[in-house]
Amino acid sequence: MAASSTATVEFRSVSFRIGRNLILDDLSFIIEPGETLVLLGRSGSGKTTALKMVNGLVLPSSGEVLVDGRATAAWDLIQLRRGIGYVIQEVGLFPHFTIGANVGLVPKLLEWPPERIAARTTELLEQVGLDPGQFLNRKPRELSGGQRQRVGVARALAADPRLLLFDEPFGALDPVTRLELQDQFLALRKSLHKTSIFVTHDVREALRLGTRIALLDRGKLEILATPEEFLKSRTPQTRAFLDVLKMDVLKMDVLDR
Amino acid sequence: MNRPGLLREILQHTSEHFVLVLISIAIALAIGIPAGILLTRRPMLRTGVLGFANVMQTVPSLALFGFLIPIPLIGGIGKRTAIVALVLYALLPILRNTLVGILSVEPAVRESAIAMGMTGRQLLQQVELPLAARTILAGVRVATVTTIGTATIAAAIGGGGLGEFIFRGIASVDTTQILAGAVPAALLALISDGGIGWIEKRFSAV
Repeated sequence: MAASSTATVEFRSVSFRIGRNLILDDLSFIIEPGETLVLLGRSGSGKTTALKMVNGLVLPSSGEVLVDGRATAAWDLIQLRRGIGYVIQEVGLFPHFTIGANVGLVPKLLEWPPERIAARTTELLEQVGLDPGQFLNRKPRELSGGQRQRVGVARALAADPRLLLFDEPFGALDPVTRLELQDQFLALRKSLHKTSIFVTHDVREALRLGTRIALLDRGKLEILATPEEFLKSRTPQTRAFLDVLKMDVLKMDVLDR
Repeated sequence: MNRPGLLREILQHTSEHFVLVLISIAIALAIGIPAGILLTRRPMLRTGVLGFANVMQTVPSLALFGFLIPIPLIGGIGKRTAIVALVLYALLPILRNTLVGILSVEPAVRESAIAMGMTGRQLLQQVELPLAARTILAGVRVATVTTIGTATIAAAIGGGGLGEFIFRGIASVDTTQILAGAVPAALLALISDGGIGWIEKRFSAV
């Protein structure tokens, strides 16, 4: 896999239902290489389900999700997933593995030689701001929430995936740590240029991190817009989200950018 | 009664007892752990299989040994029948703890493992079994200790072991004989409990 390879993702009339409940309703959009698409929505809007369709944790009831032009249903899911980094709110580090083993897991699954895994693990911990000498041999329970999430990000980046998926990764962190990790996300994006899909219910986070924002409402795509367009749009749903910003100084930041 | 003769007999029955328990637990492990793993993958089967194992536990042991005697192939008088009965008793704690241990692995950990591209086998071997090991071992410990006790009844159907002393002692109202069976059985149970408990604790290093 080339070091700078990055993916295109396309949703083609994707619907998903559980019984008679329509979770996703005819979603269609394309995510261009290198962009960060934020899936924004309230709880139950279907944003997490949409994300899980990209790495085949959920398969569409109808329509198809294409990664690099091939439908997830046609991919060997194991191969597909090993090329996609995945970061979730609960982090999901393996409690019985050291930090080093957690970060090096996908390279190990891909049967990299041990020296290469060790070098990569050290490099990644440095990249996410954790001192390898201090953290490499610790267990996840010895780390704070913010540190664990940094390890989660390092783990997702380990095998140089062509695509990164984030499911409310910073949702459980305190506001200051969240801001730090958002900054780090932006810095990583600048250096790595990877296609990313980022799920959040926080409109501030969406405006800060997204190159485009897809607002989902009850399984439907309400609007797909750049942060600037999003701030100007006046649909009832975007208004509801933008009301959150009304008293917010951060709004100035975004408007200035 | 001459002492050296009794001592030799105690040693012989203790080792017989130990082997009986060892074989039964080994078979119960070979059935219980894979069956427990299968049940984590097939929720539909859970009620039925756990129900069967539960019912086996509630049958009084002496009655179960009795029931098995007339059954062809597994029944009859002797060690084989005793082992079948002991396996049936040991099965439930091992099966149930394997199931519970695997099901209590954090959903986020399992989801991460799948999302990172682990195969079903890798998920089981590298994540689920190591994280469930403590719970499974706790089940093995319970199964072993109860089997050591229940195995004394094997003597009633010619299975040998420390029960020989106990039944003989009861028949002849001889306390020495009863103690010659009960004390080594209790010691065996305590040692196994401590030993498996020690292994169990070594898995707490999560």
